[in-house]
Amino acid sequence: MKGDKKKKTIKTIKIDVDKCNGCRACEVICSSFHAAPKYSSNNPARSRIRVIRDPLRDVYVPVYAGEYTVAECAGRDKYTIDGKEYDECSFCRASCPSRDDFKEPDSGLPLKCDMCEGEDEPLCVKWCLVDALQVEEREEEVEEGEEQEELETGLESLADKYGMDKIKDAITRLSQKD
Amino acid sequence: MRYAETGFNLEIDLTRGNVEKVVTDPKDTELYLGGLGTNTKIMWDRVPPEVEPFSPENLLIFGAGLLCGTPATGCNRTIITTISPQTKLMAFSMMGGFWAPELKYAGYDKVVFRGKSPKLVYLWINNDKVEIRDASHLKGKGSIETAEILRKELKEPKAQVAAIGMAGENRVYYASIEQGRSSASRGGIGAVMGDKGLKAIVVRGTKDINLSQPSEFMALCNEVLEYIKIREDNPIPGVMPILAGLGSPQEMKVHDEKWHTENFMWGNSRTRRKGFWTDEIAKEWTETMETARTRLISCFNCPMKCGATISMPGLPTYMMKCFTKLTYAMGAFSDLDFGLRIAQLATEYGLDGFSTPQVMAFGLELLENGILSKEDFPEMPEDNEGRFYYLLDKIVRREGIGDVLANGTYWAAKEIGNGAEEYAHNNIKKHEQLPLKLSMLNPIYFLMYATGEKMNITQIEGQFPQAPFPKREHREKFCEDWIQVPDEKFKQYFIDWELRGENSIPYYPTVEMTCDIVDWQERMHYIDDALGQCAGLSSFPLKPPYHIHNYPKFISAGAGIEMDEEKLTQAAKRYRTLVRAFNIRRGMRRKDDRPPENHWKKRFPELEAELLDAYYKLKGWNNDGIPTKESLQQLGLDYVADDFVKRGILTDVEDAAVEEVSA
Ligand code: SF4
Ligand code: SF4
Ligand code: SF4
Repeated sequence: MKGDKKKKTIKTIKIDVDKCNGCRACEVICSSFHAAPKYSSNNPARSRIRVIRDPLRDVYVPVYAGEYTVAECAGRDKYTIDGKEYDECSFCRASCPSRDDFKEPDSGLPLKCDMCEGEDEPLCVKWCLVDALQVEEREEEVEEGEEQEELETGLESLADKYGMDKIKDAITRLSQKD
Repeated sequence: MRYAETGFNLEIDLTRGNVEKVVTDPKDTELYLGGLGTNTKIMWDRVPPEVEPFSPENLLIFGAGLLCGTPATGCNRTIITTISPQTKLMAFSMMGGFWAPELKYAGYDKVVFRGKSPKLVYLWINNDKVEIRDASHLKGKGSIETAEILRKELKEPKAQVAAIGMAGENRVYYASIEQGRSSASRGGIGAVMGDKGLKAIVVRGTKDINLSQPSEFMALCNEVLEYIKIREDNPIPGVMPILAGLGSPQEMKVHDEKWHTENFMWGNSRTRRKGFWTDEIAKEWTETMETARTRLISCFNCPMKCGATISMPGLPTYMMKCFTKLTYAMGAFSDLDFGLRIAQLATEYGLDGFSTPQVMAFGLELLENGILSKEDFPEMPEDNEGRFYYLLDKIVRREGIGDVLANGTYWAAKEIGNGAEEYAHNNIKKHEQLPLKLSMLNPIYFLMYATGEKMNITQIEGQFPQAPFPKREHREKFCEDWIQVPDEKFKQYFIDWELRGENSIPYYPTVEMTCDIVDWQERMHYIDDALGQCAGLSSFPLKPPYHIHNYPKFISAGAGIEMDEEKLTQAAKRYRTLVRAFNIRRGMRRKDDRPPENHWKKRFPELEAELLDAYYKLKGWNNDGIPTKESLQQLGLDYVADDFVKRGILTDVEDAAVEEVSA
């Protein structure tokens, strides 16, 4: 049965690469906020935002850490935008095997932007005084039960790939671990 | 655990190819903070006065400031210390950019080089892995080119590179160390790097920097950011645009160059061109800049974007900031297009943008006046711009007359003789200065020029307005929210300062006031240089976000060193005195503490002597500019006092007299 419609506020961060000056303050504050205890240390290599930066080619792309992926993608293309050449990875949010970005430098565990959970506003946005990063909020109607649906789609695709038995085994094993 | 600093230095012996990681003494941090302070302590301990700039015993120290790598906005300076080939005194040039924080993240506070490598090498610091590597393939390569090659070769696009160009390799006395957006240019430290056979230092770090009291520290950082926003929205009224806001002078952003082009000198610091800045010129230069400038760019963790990427049609891209925009154009009596073009080449060669154009203009002046002859300049082009390109090349390659000019105006003049000395007229302590010639002696600037051992006025001045505002009510208004003053008396000094009449220069500010003002200005610069803070957010502009009242808190919360204003003032005085002592031991005296003879038309020898006397006294120096035994002991610098007595620089008798007077 399809659920009722529900209003949900979606927070997105708008990135204006033209305003970025490459200072990496966003990386500093992000890694500092996520240190344990909070702010006790900082290390841009742990940041969940990365500024892909190549000043001589005028490339400045702040990228937010997204999902973890087990495998790197097959083909990697190059983009030319306004006469500037970008690697495809320049825009990719994945924590993936082919690069060090978005992984804890010591453990290699994947990092993901959590929009600074618990804070009034994303701190990278607050610390970017030149407004290259800005929060945009919009309301969206979502159907309840959508997540369930998403989960099922995901499972199905996995079952297609590995067979249902293997998936069941994996789930049993994972739940025993907890 | 160590906070803010890492607690480790790298010791690199280039002669033996040896790399060592050493633990530093936290007591030194407490006494000398970091950056310039601890650099100076190492220089004092390990570089005796007999050591020549190009001797293997000379050290070349890359020191990150104490708070570099913490979230403190704009704290990103590398302080490079060595003996300058030009002044033979201690050079401590600084560079912004990204290098110092990266070094901290790699786990080190300083890299200390000694010895000389038999062949050209570079150092690769990748966290715990530190290697000296062959750089023969980089010989003669440009500084930016070198950085690009190394990042690619090491497959480390995020590595930060400090490199020299051909000028450093060939030991040009005003060679710089370049680091993309920034450079350490003054004092010829690039020549020492070249002499050591070191082409570049590449660094990549992915470790943590710890804070002692995290939430207090972050609250301070947030206050600074809030204050920057307020200052950006409220430029100081009544001063020229580059002095109204924060940051290093915003030369890349500001197009109006009336003030610089009409007040500063052209050529070999000779000609003032009143009325130069016409509408036509303004339009042309604005267009040049707009076309060339791709983007305004910042240093690490700073919103001020004082630099820019410059792409001149047909030339490789480079980065620039500050006054180099104009120095070549003005040195050659040319235009901005030429200035930005030749600066591209000069940046790749790795040259100081202050000294270089003056040296070239000096060379041509000698030719015009028959002190040098046509034969000294074989095959030199006829056109003006062409001549500057010709000279630039001769200098960095040290060919013919270029070999002489490569030593700077002071040494070149000595070598050429035949009256050439008169043309090397813009030096302090043998080092070329800003091309500025004025009319009436300004007591504040007199003291700063005379005694500033940083040899560069922009690294000594700041905080206190350069001139009084015409109306008293404006001055009062300015003082209303002047929270940065260390003492309320400075407000009164300023309020009573008039453009004309009794309370105007040279006799007002009075000798005593002048000493106070200069001491405050200098103190803030020295604190910045130990913490690694950019002067552009601190000691240079009016009403900066960092000042004597919040700095102690930053140090306490960041480094976990108990600190208050008095203790910080005392620490800054300690390493400032140690810089002085180091130079005194190398022979510097009162006779060297003087601005160029022609800096002001109207000089006042008696007043100047009085100013020096009083300032020395305030600093705890004797009449010859030597720190007294008593003041050294008060600062815990007994070892300096002992050394001075042993060397006969101070005598026990002299000191007894000093003690009697003050007792
Ligand atoms: S803080 Fe803003 S300007 Fe600085 S690097 Fe990040 S996105 Fe760019
Ligand atoms: S929103 Fe927060 S977690 Fe996400 S990148 Fe910015 S600072 Fe990091
Ligand atoms: S104020 Fe300018 S020069 Fe100073 S750190 Fe910031 S961007 Fe760099």
